[in-house]
Amino acid sequence: MYRIVDKKILNPTVTQMDIYAPLVAKKAKPGQFIILRVDEDGERIPLTISDHDKAAGTVRIIFQVVGATTEKLNHKQAGEYIQDFVGPLGRPTELDGIKKACIVGGGVGCAIAYPIAKALHEMGCEVYSIIGFRNRDLVILEDEFAACSDKLTVMTDDGSYGQKGVVTEPLKEAIEAGERYDEVITIGPMIMMKFVVATTKPYGIKTTVSMNPIMIDGTGMCGGCRLTVGGETKFACVDGPDFDGFKIDFDETMKRSQMYRPFELESREKVCNLFKKEIE
Amino acid sequence: MPNMSLKKNVMPTQPADERNKNFNEVALGYTAEQAIDEAQRCLNCKNRPCVGSCPVKIRIPDFIQEVAKGDFESAYQIIAEESSLPAVCGRVCPQERQCEGKCVRGIKGEPVGIGRLERFVADYHNAHSTEKAVRPQSNGHKVAVIGSGPSGLACASDLAKKGYDVTIFEALHLAGGVLVYGIPEFRLPKSIVQREIDGLKDLGVKIETNVVIGKTLSIDELKDEYGFEAVFIGTGAGLPRFMNIPGENLNGVYSANEFLTRINLMKAYRTDGDTPIYHGHNVVVVGGGNVAMDAARCAKRLGGDVTVVYRRSEKELPARAEEYEHALEEGIVFNFLTNPVAINGNENSWVKSVKCQKMQLSDPDESGRARVLPIEGSFVEIEADVVIMAIGTSPNPLIKSTTEGLETQKWGGIIVEEETGATSRENVYAGGDAVTGAATVILAMGAGKTAAAAIDKKLSGE
Repeated sequence: MYRIVDKKILNPTVTQMDIYAPLVAKKAKPGQFIILRVDEDGERIPLTISDHDKAAGTVRIIFQVVGATTEKLNHKQAGEYIQDFVGPLGRPTELDGIKKACIVGGGVGCAIAYPIAKALHEMGCEVYSIIGFRNRDLVILEDEFAACSDKLTVMTDDGSYGQKGVVTEPLKEAIEAGERYDEVITIGPMIMMKFVVATTKPYGIKTTVSMNPIMIDGTGMCGGCRLTVGGETKFACVDGPDFDGFKIDFDETMKRSQMYRPFELESREKVCNLFKKEIE
Repeated sequence: MPNMSLKKNVMPTQPADERNKNFNEVALGYTAEQAIDEAQRCLNCKNRPCVGSCPVKIRIPDFIQEVAKGDFESAYQIIAEESSLPAVCGRVCPQERQCEGKCVRGIKGEPVGIGRLERFVADYHNAHSTEKAVRPQSNGHKVAVIGSGPSGLACASDLAKKGYDVTIFEALHLAGGVLVYGIPEFRLPKSIVQREIDGLKDLGVKIETNVVIGKTLSIDELKDEYGFEAVFIGTGAGLPRFMNIPGENLNGVYSANEFLTRINLMKAYRTDGDTPIYHGHNVVVVGGGNVAMDAARCAKRLGGDVTVVYRRSEKELPARAEEYEHALEEGIVFNFLTNPVAINGNENSWVKSVKCQKMQLSDPDESGRARVLPIEGSFVEIEADVVIMAIGTSPNPLIKSTTEGLETQKWGGIIVEEETGATSRENVYAGGDAVTGAATVILAMGAGKTAAAAIDKKLSGE
């Protein structure tokens, strides 16, 4: 069992938790993920490590409540325990040699983009961060990004905060204004990453995307997380989660991620009803 | 006088039409009377060909004589001399290719039901034995075992009985390896696996789940920082193979590993589990081994019409005979000499059908196995909404890539000295599918025992 040391509500649908898992904290690197189960009979879900504290032995996860498992996780409080927590899994993001980077995060994906921006900043790289959200209420990690970015742009779809529009707009502006990035690293909804790649591709700027497909074991055993990269089948859990954005078959990956959508909706509703009953 | 019946005592089973709708165990086991009657079919012959063809050399005629006398506990003690997992092996060993394949009674009639007797004896012991494992005096040596499948369990058990301080590291949240994630409940009830694991804990073995060696900790850390004097790698062959044909990444295409893990480990067949699985209406399973049979029979139990496609003929089918027979009884259709060449999808990127090439047998290759060649222009299309690829697995590269100096074959198998299981790294041993590629429970168990003996010899300084 793994103790929830701290819990923070970042916005109405996004929660941050620090979990006591010293072995994972000791090894964690930006870009890697963990797999957890909330309770006995729970499903295994992957979540990217948002931060870690070796001294305290804690690993930070930030998650959006989208299905039954994240709903159950969100009902756990600091001091309570979750059943299983394993990692760090996947390959760390390759940051060596990057002098100037643009980090593009969308929604809860910013939780994963943040440790990368921070690591780049700490190694002396010039960092431009663009983070996008649907509206003002959903903005997360703005201060954290501000602290590790040479420049930060916050975008909202409805213009209720920061600039109105999508993340690809300031990215395109910067590139057209002559900014030369060694690499663009983007993490967020699949559709956003697809458009970021479409923006950078004409300029030939190396673009890394972080994939978060359906998986069970996270060690290469099930193959559920497979995706087509440059015409070859890769497993996101062991070959990724980072891949060359120019080589990803986004359309296939988006469809694969929808495979259990009907189940997810149904089971989330069941869990919600369960919690409702408890309240009544 | 021996019982000269040409037929084995029939194994009582759940009726095919009932069991193909539930996940309870198919075979129900012999009664004491049936076991004694079956044991009396053994001639106790001089040559003992059954022992020679048992991978761990169980004294088969000796245990069977005890069964014939009705002394089931003595029979168990004889099996337990060589086997750590009798209740498991009695259920999953390919007996027709091992002990029973060489039984002289099989020359004219059916061989003695050795597997069924082993199972009976183990179940009898488990039901009647009240002895609790006694934790032996510690000898102060620490050994790490990576993986809690058959080889790891066997290795840990032998070492713990000798007083070693053994810790098993398991990547998943539950111990048992392929016995829990791969083999379905209806063939190997998980309570049997749990009993073996509880037995190990009684012996003092510690089990650390949720630790991926190669990620959470490395072998070098186990040795240098945690003070393990020897390490046994029993990580199996868990990496699924795909055919690399068009359409393999469509929705509805599973590796057998994923399909079986969802069902067995994650209990997706139960309505109260959180892990989803798609219940196919028309399921095509590709492959002809035990894993293919397991996947097909699970899919049947989820309510699908199931077709197995295998590129060779019935005669070459690598699955255990009993699994194939059970699958047929349960209404699974087999298309032999049929090889998928493409998977077609619908407008939602969901599987619609499997296009297969018809094959023909040709001259045998060097190993004596018939080769297959495509019949030009001969194709069939099979309707499907779920396709399960059960065409084999390879060893996981996680340990190799994080352990400097650990030599492996090109295909990933860890290279070991056969007599000891010693790898190219000092005090690091390996066995089971991680060494051989996908094989059987009993071979893995045997390799775990071999390594345990070698580790004991090395660390005790004998």
